[in-house]
Amino acid sequence: MKTLVKDPETKVKRPDDPLFKRLTRQQLFIPIAALVLLVLFNLIADPTFFAISIKENSMGNPVLSGNIISVLDNASELVMLAIGMTLVTASSGGQDISVGATMAIAGSVILRMVCGGQVTADTMQMPLILAVLTGIVVSMIFGAFNGILVAYFKIQPMVATLIMFTAGRSIAAWINNNQLPIINDLSFKYAGTFLPGIPVPTPIFITVFVILAFWLVLKFTTLGLYTQSVGINSNSSRLNGLDPKLIKLLTYVILGVCVAIAGFVRVSRSGSINYSRIAENIEMDAILAVALGGNALGGGKFNIYGSILGAYVIQFLTTTLYKYDVPSTALPAYKAVVVILLVVLSAPVVREKLANMKKAPAKAAKEVS
Amino acid sequence: MPNGIALDKQGRMKNRAAMTDTTLLLTITIVVFFILYISAVLFLGGGFAKPQNFLNILNNNASLIVLSCGMSIVMITGGIDISVGAVTCLVCMTCAVNLEQQGGSMVTALLIGLGIGLAFGLVQGYLVAYLEIQPFIVSLAGMFFAKGMTTIVSKEPVRVTNEGFLAVKDARIIVPGLGANNKLGQYIPAYVEVGVIIALLTVVLLFCLLRWTRLGRGFYAVGGNSQSANMLGINVRRTKFLAHILCSLLAGVGGILYFLHVGSGDVANGAGDEMNAIASSIIGGTLLTGGVGNVAGTFFGVMSLNTIKRIVSSLGFDEAWWSNITVAAMLCLFLVIQSVVLLRKNTSKQ
Repeated sequence: MKTLVKDPETKVKRPDDPLFKRLTRQQLFIPIAALVLLVLFNLIADPTFFAISIKENSMGNPVLSGNIISVLDNASELVMLAIGMTLVTASSGGQDISVGATMAIAGSVILRMVCGGQVTADTMQMPLILAVLTGIVVSMIFGAFNGILVAYFKIQPMVATLIMFTAGRSIAAWINNNQLPIINDLSFKYAGTFLPGIPVPTPIFITVFVILAFWLVLKFTTLGLYTQSVGINSNSSRLNGLDPKLIKLLTYVILGVCVAIAGFVRVSRSGSINYSRIAENIEMDAILAVALGGNALGGGKFNIYGSILGAYVIQFLTTTLYKYDVPSTALPAYKAVVVILLVVLSAPVVREKLANMKKAPAKAAKEVS
Repeated sequence: MPNGIALDKQGRMKNRAAMTDTTLLLTITIVVFFILYISAVLFLGGGFAKPQNFLNILNNNASLIVLSCGMSIVMITGGIDISVGAVTCLVCMTCAVNLEQQGGSMVTALLIGLGIGLAFGLVQGYLVAYLEIQPFIVSLAGMFFAKGMTTIVSKEPVRVTNEGFLAVKDARIIVPGLGANNKLGQYIPAYVEVGVIIALLTVVLLFCLLRWTRLGRGFYAVGGNSQSANMLGINVRRTKFLAHILCSLLAGVGGILYFLHVGSGDVANGAGDEMNAIASSIIGGTLLTGGVGNVAGTFFGVMSLNTIKRIVSSLGFDEAWWSNITVAAMLCLFLVIQSVVLLRKNTSKQ
C-alpha cells in the first residue's frame, strides 16, 4: 500500500489534507471560531445587538453607544492584562493570579496622589501624569516582587503570586487608610470615559496605543525571541548566553506596567475605587484570554495577537451573558464551564485521543478493502 | 524516600530516615508554634494564658484544620487545589437552604455536603489525573464555578433555625480540669465544640492513612518522583485521582464543620480559606514540589497561623486587612525559607 508521506517542512499540500483540517491547525482557529459563533448567536437571537447609535452623554457631548462599542470599551483593561500575561506565561510557564489585586493597588495609589490624601477632592491636587507614573512604578515594584520569587527563588508562579492575590486588596485599602477617595474633577475621568468632542471612548485609544507599543517592541527588540527561548528551555538558553532569571523577572515587570495602565483606566471610569470589588475575578479572564488565543499555558511559543483576540471574545461573551440577564455574581460559574471545556479540548492527551479516533475508522476501512 | 539511606564519613550505611525532610520541617513547625504561643503568653499575657483562649482557636478553626489536611494531601502528590474555600462556601449555603427552605434534616444536609465535595473531587481529579491538565487551572475554574453556584443557590444570607441542627451546633464538650474562675468567682468550665472532635479525629485518621497504608505511601511516592513511582508499580494516575477526591471530600466535611460553627449560609463564608489552607500546609512543612509533608505539621501550621493572627489583632491592628497581610507575609517567609533550603540542598548534591 502506498502512503503519501511528505516532509512537513516542505509547503507541499498533502492531497488527503482537507481544508477543514488545515484550518483547525491554525493557532487563531479557536478564538476566531468562538467569535463567529457568538456573532451568529447574537445575529439570530437579536439583530439589534449590533446597532450603533449616537446618544448624548451626561456632559452633553454626542457619543457612540451600542453593544459593540461597549465590548470594545470594556475589554480594554482585559486586553492590556492579556498582553502582559502572555509574556509571563511564555517565559515562566505559569500565570500571575495577582493582577486584579495589583490593579487595586495601582488604582489606590493613583487616587491617593490625585486627591492629595483627602477623601474627596474637586480638583486634582497634582499633575495627572505624575500620579499615573507613580502608579506604574509601584505596580512595577510589585511585579518585580513576584518576578523575584518566581525567577530567583524558583517558586511556582501561581503560588508565588498567591501571596499578592491575598494581600493586594488589603494593601490597596491600607494605602488609603481604608477610606474610599472620590475625585470629582472631570478631566480625571477623560481616560475612562470620553474626551470632549470625541465620540469614541478613550479606553479604546489607550488600548490601541498599548497594542502598538507592544507591536513595536516585539518587532524591533529581541524580547519576544528571548522570552520564547527561555520558556521552551531555560537551561539551553542559559548555555547560549541568555540570563533566564533576568528575562523572567523582566516579563513580570512588564506585566506590572500593563496592570498599572489597566488600573488607571479602571479607576478613571468612575473616579473612585472599591477595594474588594474592583477588577474582581479579572485574573481568571486574563488567563482565559491567553488560553483562548491558542497559547500553551505551559510556556514557550506565544502569539500576542491571539491573546488580544481572546480578550475581546471573552468580553463579547460577558456582554452577551449580561444581555440575557445573567446576574454578575453568577457569571463566574458560566465562565468556569467555558474554561474547563477549553482546557479539556486543548489538553495534549485529549487531542491525541481525538486524532486516534479519526484515524481508527479510516484504518479499519483500509483493512477491509 | 530515595535519599533515606546515605553513607557516612566512614563509608558505612547509615539510616537517615530518622531525620527526613518531613520530620525536620515538622520539628521546625512545632518549635515555631510553641515559641509563638509562649512568647504571646509572656509578653501579651492576659487572654493568651487562659486555656479557653487556646481552645477557642480550635473552635474557630475546626473547618480550616480539615481543609488544610486535604490540601496537604494534594500538595504531597505534587498538585494543588485552590477551590476548597469556595466549596466550603457552597456547602454551607446549600446545607442552609436545604435545612431552612426545603425542610431537610441533619442527615440530608450531611449527605448534600459530602456529595458536593465528592462531585468536585471526581471532576477535578479526573481532569488533573487522567487528562493531565494543570491542577491550578482546574481548581481555579472549580473555585469560580463554586462561587458562581453559591450565588445561584441563594444571594441572601440564610440563617438556620432548625432545632435539631441548633442542638448539635450549641453542644459543648467540657474539657475537665481546664476551667477557670471568672470575676465573680464562679467556675466556668472550658469547652470545645463538636466540630473540633471531628476535626481532630480526621487529623488522626489521615495521619494513620499517610503513615501506614499503601495508598498513603503512594501519595508520597507519586509526589517525590512520579516516574520512579510508576516503575515501582504504583498507579500514578489513580493515586492522584484519589488524592483530589480525598481533598474535595475533606473540603465538603470542612464546609459542614464551618456551617456547624456559624450556623448560617452566606456568600462570604470561607472566603480566603484556600489561601489559609495553603499557608497552613506550607507553614506545617508540606513542600509545594511534592513528596514531603505531614498532616500533624499541618495541624500545627493552622494553630501557628491563627496564633499570629491573634497576636497581630491584640497588638492593636484589628482591621480586617491586617490579617490578610499577615497571612501573606507569613506564607512568603516560609516559601522563601523552603526555597532556599531546597536550592542549597540541590547544589550541595551536585
